[in-house]
Amino acid sequence: MAQAAAKHGENHAHGHDHGHHDPQEMKILGFWFFLISDVILFSVLFATFIVLRDNTAGGPILSELIKMPGVIAETFLLLTSSFTSGLAVLAMNQGKVKQLINWLIVTAVLGAGFLALEIYEFVEMVHEGFSYTTSAASGAFFTLVGTHGLHVSLGLIWMIGLMFQLKKRGITDVTRGKINVISLYWHFLDVVWIFLLSIVYLMGVM
Amino acid sequence: MLEGLKEFASEFFVTGDPLIYGAMVAIGITTIAIVAVLTYFKKWGWLWRNWLTTVDHKKIGIMYIIASIIMLFRGGVDALMMRLQLAMPNMDFLHPEHYNQVFTTHGTIMILFMAMPFMFGLFNVIVPLQIGARDVAFPFLNALSFWLFFLGAMLFNLSFVIGGSPDAGWLSYPPLSELSHSPGVGQNFYIWGIQISGIGSLATGINFMVTIIKMRAPGMRWMKLPMFTWSVFSTCIIILFAFPILTVTLALLFLDRFAGAHFFTLDLGGNPMMYINLIWMWGHPEVYIVVLPAFGVFSEIVSTFSRKKLFGYKSMVFAMLIISFLSFFTWAHHFFTMGSGADVNAFFAVTTMLIAIPTGVKIFNWLFTMYRGRIRMATPMMWTLAFIPCFIVGGMTGVLLSVAPADFQFHNSYFLIAHFHQVLIGGVVFGYFAGLYYWWPKMFGFQLEEKLGKWAFWTWNIGFYVCFMPQYAVGLMGMTRRLSTYGWDTGWWELNFVSTIGAFLMGVGFLFQVAQIADGIRKYKSLKASGDPWDARTLEWSIPSPAPEYNFAVTPRGDDIDEWWEEKERRAKGIYPPEQKLEPIHMPKNSGIPFVMSVFWFIAGFGFVFGWLWMAILGLAGVGICMIARSFSYDTDYYIPVDEIKRTEASLRGSV
Repeated sequence: MAQAAAKHGENHAHGHDHGHHDPQEMKILGFWFFLISDVILFSVLFATFIVLRDNTAGGPILSELIKMPGVIAETFLLLTSSFTSGLAVLAMNQGKVKQLINWLIVTAVLGAGFLALEIYEFVEMVHEGFSYTTSAASGAFFTLVGTHGLHVSLGLIWMIGLMFQLKKRGITDVTRGKINVISLYWHFLDVVWIFLLSIVYLMGVM
Repeated sequence: MLEGLKEFASEFFVTGDPLIYGAMVAIGITTIAIVAVLTYFKKWGWLWRNWLTTVDHKKIGIMYIIASIIMLFRGGVDALMMRLQLAMPNMDFLHPEHYNQVFTTHGTIMILFMAMPFMFGLFNVIVPLQIGARDVAFPFLNALSFWLFFLGAMLFNLSFVIGGSPDAGWLSYPPLSELSHSPGVGQNFYIWGIQISGIGSLATGINFMVTIIKMRAPGMRWMKLPMFTWSVFSTCIIILFAFPILTVTLALLFLDRFAGAHFFTLDLGGNPMMYINLIWMWGHPEVYIVVLPAFGVFSEIVSTFSRKKLFGYKSMVFAMLIISFLSFFTWAHHFFTMGSGADVNAFFAVTTMLIAIPTGVKIFNWLFTMYRGRIRMATPMMWTLAFIPCFIVGGMTGVLLSVAPADFQFHNSYFLIAHFHQVLIGGVVFGYFAGLYYWWPKMFGFQLEEKLGKWAFWTWNIGFYVCFMPQYAVGLMGMTRRLSTYGWDTGWWELNFVSTIGAFLMGVGFLFQVAQIADGIRKYKSLKASGDPWDARTLEWSIPSPAPEYNFAVTPRGDDIDEWWEEKERRAKGIYPPEQKLEPIHMPKNSGIPFVMSVFWFIAGFGFVFGWLWMAILGLAGVGICMIARSFSYDTDYYIPVDEIKRTEASLRGSV
């Protein structure tokens, strides 16, 4: 009885609930609030970076280490992945599961490419003597950019988990909610990257 | 082998202090006793099913409050130890190092592990009931928040017997908290204990914002919201903006200590002042986080016990929202003396003084509510009345402190200590006690007898003034905070001695409260409370006490500010609401994941504290697996059938 009812709830989340709250809608609102808290988190890291970026303590200076071609390639990969995650949502709204999963795979591959380039860039910097413990400036740089990278990595694991759920269950109210949330998250990472690009990299080399 | 083990144990456990040996024995005996009792009465299954895995907001609220009262005891014992050490000049009760640990843990525990969970406990028990909801927006997340807080608090408390306590002050300023000055594990316990419970606090903030926005009863427009719920909403706004700052600040401090970064170090470009700015950007709003819900509690109580509508409802709402906004522009008043310059100091002095205006508005609203009311002197009302003069004096000394030039005299003196204890005890502790007494029957279904409660009230209050009034004076005489001893020649000892007496009186007050609760539990059958024992005004009083797990059998309406009061008036005139048909109620299922996930967080935190990376990775991996397990579980809710609702309602209402 309870199981049948639960299934009922899953398929028509807003059918039976006395009309006044839709759980998926609440999850998306909650996620927006989470994103606000994440904005604050990044703002603090940006502020720390701006305060400390010239405190190089005689070590290497960030602006001399930045290689713009790599940064532009990273930007291109991440922005494209944001676009393809949009296409995934579009496919979902048309009810095409297969297409949805395929677009998610493209998104994840582009995201992984971004991460690979970022890690390569970090390794290069460390080789040139700009490592985490070199100075306040280096620590602030790696923490700020690295936190974004960590967000991307967690997003990838999450996305892969959702692909399995989509394969098993198809597009239901619940999986639809989950895909909406992760696409929101992915666009958010894109926006944060734009700020990283302008404040850390472009203002760094100019 | 044995020698190696011995050496490890002496590093790992705190040794050499008889007080701590005593505590170890006490902790050991208590743990064995709890395990033995649970096993003997075969209660493990009961504990797991009814409490550890529950997602019921009312039970979670009760667990928060119990944990908070235990922490009040621990923080209180810390306070009494400090007062004993300072009772006479040249006392040799606590060594300076031990004294540093005691004042650090006292402050941290009282704000983060006593005030915060007490507040979350009241949120949990009351908000869904006040807005006519069946639950909070995210019940699973709510349980997770509680267990993160609880295990974070346990991790912090462990430092006392294992590894050594933090001793760099309750906000852990660098460079004192850096590896160069605190090489032990104490600061790591501080960082991880707060970090883990802080994640839970942020989640609670988000959860209650969504709950209040989305789950109000039909007809309950924003300007019909009960005042306590309004105070929770404004608090959650502050939590949402302030807690991420704390998360980052502690993470950066940890990276300094663990990974060799240089954010706040004295060498290689680090900037300790950056930490102090960041921590107070969270820390000052935090003060308003804990005090706003108390204002909400007072508003409910004043109106109920004066049997009048709250005076100036709208101005009260705006005052709260203005406070939550202004609270973010006052942080620099904590370091007027650090050379920020006249312009910066002037700006923060003005914003700090401005906050007194909305606060004053509220005080007048409460007074006007009482004016010509039919006042009843029950314990919740007594605590509310005691709060008003206490908070006015505390607030005025706060304005004195906010005068930047004068602050150069008051800074870090006992004048400051007296001021913030007066606003935090007078505002927050009195408020939460009032709330606990007020909603006690709703939580447990029986009413506490007032006699011991009144004894508790008077000893607490007299004790409070005896303890803190001398501290204003001794502060002006030059005694600074964090002082572990002083000489006869200072002329401070009489005032300190009186202050210590006051502290012990408050301790006696606490014992009266414990006795009152124990007495209530013993006689609970004869003290059975009705659904509405105070003749109150808001929706939580329209259902039986204690509330059934689904709260409302049928969804109520919230068309008026004091909906339940209006409903009673209508019923007195013979107008009854139309009978509503019962429908199956949709409820979330219990889950063990929040508890297990928090245990893994605890393991990860413990690993980081001792720098055992394998253990930290193991813990984090466990956290990840729990998250995936949750994401893949779809069978998370069920329906309560109509027959069962009818049975529950009949048995609850029948006994009223």
